[in-house]
Amino acid sequence: MDTPLLSLENVTKTFGGIKAVNNMSFDVADGSVIGIIGPNGAGKTTVFNLITGNYVPDGGDIRFQDKSIIKLKPHEIVEHGIARTFQSIRLFSNLPAIENVLSGLHCRMKSGLFSSLFRLKSQQMEEKLALDRAMQELEFVGLTSMWNARAGSLSYGNQRLLEIARALASDPKLIILDEPAGSMNQPETEVLIALIQAIQKRGITIMLIEHDMGLVMNVCEKLVAIEYGMKIAEGKPEDVRNNPRVIEAYLGRDD
Amino acid sequence: MEQFFQQIINGFAIGGIYALVALGYTMVYGVLKLINFAHGDLFTIGAYLGLTLFVSFNLANALPVYAAIIVVALMVMGLVALIGGLLERIAYRPLRNANRLSAVVSAVGASIFFQNAILLLWGGNYYVYPESVRPTTIINIFGMGVPVIRFVLIGASVMLMLVLYWFIHRTKTGTAIRAAAIDQGAAKLMGINVNRIISLVFLIGPGLGGVAGLMVGLAYGQIDYNMGFSYGLKAFTAAILGGIGNIPGAMIGGLILGLVETLGAAYLTIAWKDAISFFVLILILIIRPTGILGERVADKL
Amino acid sequence: MIFKNTKNTYFYLFGIFALFMAFLPCMLNTYWTAVFVSVGLGILLSLSLNVILGQAGIFHMGHAAFYAVGAYLTAILNTRFGIPVFYLIPVAGIASALFAGLVARPIIHLRGDYLLMVTIGIVEIVRIALVNDLGGLTGGANGIFGISRPELFGIKIKKDIQFYYLIWTFVFATLILFYWLHNSRFGRALSCIKEDDIAAEGCGINVTHYKTAAFMLGAFWAGMAGTLFAAKMTIISPGSFTFWDSVLLFAAVILGGGSQAGVILGAFLVFGLPEIFRGFADARMLIFGIALMVMMIIRPQGIIPPAPRSYILPEIWLKKLNNRIVSEKTQD
Repeated sequence: MDTPLLSLENVTKTFGGIKAVNNMSFDVADGSVIGIIGPNGAGKTTVFNLITGNYVPDGGDIRFQDKSIIKLKPHEIVEHGIARTFQSIRLFSNLPAIENVLSGLHCRMKSGLFSSLFRLKSQQMEEKLALDRAMQELEFVGLTSMWNARAGSLSYGNQRLLEIARALASDPKLIILDEPAGSMNQPETEVLIALIQAIQKRGITIMLIEHDMGLVMNVCEKLVAIEYGMKIAEGKPEDVRNNPRVIEAYLGRDD
Repeated sequence: MEQFFQQIINGFAIGGIYALVALGYTMVYGVLKLINFAHGDLFTIGAYLGLTLFVSFNLANALPVYAAIIVVALMVMGLVALIGGLLERIAYRPLRNANRLSAVVSAVGASIFFQNAILLLWGGNYYVYPESVRPTTIINIFGMGVPVIRFVLIGASVMLMLVLYWFIHRTKTGTAIRAAAIDQGAAKLMGINVNRIISLVFLIGPGLGGVAGLMVGLAYGQIDYNMGFSYGLKAFTAAILGGIGNIPGAMIGGLILGLVETLGAAYLTIAWKDAISFFVLILILIIRPTGILGERVADKL
Repeated sequence: MIFKNTKNTYFYLFGIFALFMAFLPCMLNTYWTAVFVSVGLGILLSLSLNVILGQAGIFHMGHAAFYAVGAYLTAILNTRFGIPVFYLIPVAGIASALFAGLVARPIIHLRGDYLLMVTIGIVEIVRIALVNDLGGLTGGANGIFGISRPELFGIKIKKDIQFYYLIWTFVFATLILFYWLHNSRFGRALSCIKEDDIAAEGCGINVTHYKTAAFMLGAFWAGMAGTLFAAKMTIISPGSFTFWDSVLLFAAVILGGGSQAGVILGAFLVFGLPEIFRGFADARMLIFGIALMVMMIIRPQGIIPPAPRSYILPEIWLKKLNNRIVSEKTQD
């Protein structure tokens, strides 16, 4: 078997004595869609924040394409090919949709202070190409007609899509979606499912946290279930769903 | 060695002033996350009001010196608290929901306004507190002559801080202030009238600041319209040093800063005296931005 | 056609304003020419601060420190070594930028208000250093005098009217360059950082790098403005670079709202209006304080907040967008 695209090796993260992530290990195969499930407060988002460099693990290692990435800053991790969306949508809400996507392209562009200050030919060329590419990403998520609308004025569902377009613009090998279907209605969720499949077809690996079990069972090839910061199950979606420990973790919740 | 003890006492005296002013900054920052730029000027107003009250009512002759001081202190406290309350209503409340920079500029405007109002009312010259109201007794401790006013200063600021500490930590209203500082939304849901709490904070903070101004006048004699700027900045440094939003922190920060500045000026360099606190400010922010007593909070993602 | 590219009016407005300023001196006496020279300098400084405060959203209230570095370096090098003032413009800029870079390194990551206080601390430390005659070079509280006038193509610039054209040429060049900068990858990165720096970092923008770059660029321009100031005054002293000078620049940017037109207007209000109200003498700063409060209460976003950047969409995309509307209509 090939080496996995991403692998967590005994990752631990402590906040003020509480182990938010405890000795976590799993692999993400190249080209796959993997879901992280677990009750609220289980440490799912913390795992994502560790991968994206927002937190530095206290122990263990995270390897991406066989290189350790735990010492890298978030923006360097994006450059290496891991893009993300946020659980609480974090668009640049006062900027137009197109600029949100262009900001994702930032790390693939080169123009610096000097060429921008004097508007050199190379800078103008690059801007044109970037604009075209940004429009393509908007088209991919189906938002072209809103290209010039203020991001904050879009519906929640569209804001989630725009955040995905921004992440895709950075040419990621792995995209991390934190509750992409959050605050979406049923038709919107169906659009999202199709979009996730289309992203996978582009050869991009997807990791997602999601509470909508319908979506998870539909798109994921593998699930990792966590509770109290520890992995309690890993494997094929059906198996994980029927795993007694997972059922217990969910039933223990106040539903 | 004698000189050293003198400096320690001087340091505590000035530190007490910084602490009193710092309390105003830290309380306002606690509930509003706003640096009240005009706070230093409220302190100046306290010094000028004190002077005017002493002189115009001729209190020093009508009453025993210490009784006169207490009466004036109470009046100054009330008046400056009133101005502080008005300031909040007029300049800050309308901006409660605007972005934070606008409130900062409004605060700067208020500061410019107060400074120039003082300039217009009292003029730009130095004023000197009359000798008759300034306790000039010097007491002898282990052979050193220390002006008794230094001890009065230390005693008064410690007493005010203890009262405040008791109020904040032992009363229901104090608990409400602490709650509003942690989470305004949650405080509202628990039935706390946050607007009233903010008004209250803008009465207590300026009240203490005003008294501190009076104390500077009594202890050092000289006041000028611009004094609020440097005292204000140093007091703010003290607030950060102790951990902004943290009331005991402001007290400790003020005392430490007073000591560091006095000793630094005495043993290192007098010319750079005013820069010492800024170096302390920058250092503390680089090494421990949360201050001595502040808690480390992880950024919410 | 529903979707079309909006016309960019920037260069028209720019041209009209430039033309107006070019002919303005015909209507001004020497006093008002001098006022407009200092307003021009104020605009130049406000524009440089705007890169840091308005565009990157860094709460910087110590801009006078960078201005001071430029002015004092010019004064020292000119009076001690006789280096012509014009050569010193870029030198002063570079020196200020390096100073800013050095200062920014440990503090740039601090949260808004903390940074504000630190920058105030820096401007005070610089002023105290100047008063204390740092290294015997700065002349203490009296400052440095005898700075020579700049010379351009054999013409010595010393009259107010000559300074007027020199400084306003600088202002217009700055306007164009900063407009280009704002409408670029660099400008976008600053906007993103201002909006949400965690999200900016999360989509691949090196936040520390760009904040530092904005800081250094603003300082570079302030340093150059310092040279022009030194050459205009021929005498400089620490009194010109105080905390209050920083506050006024800060107020000009926030009052204006962060767009170029806004900053020009804000700087005019802050540096020009007190001259107009000279009749009120002592009360003018009092009025200014009230005006700041009132302005912020009725218009907290500033007088002219920046308009969104305009992008010229390629024809293909416009066609695509419009076709879709047509096809949706025919389906109905």
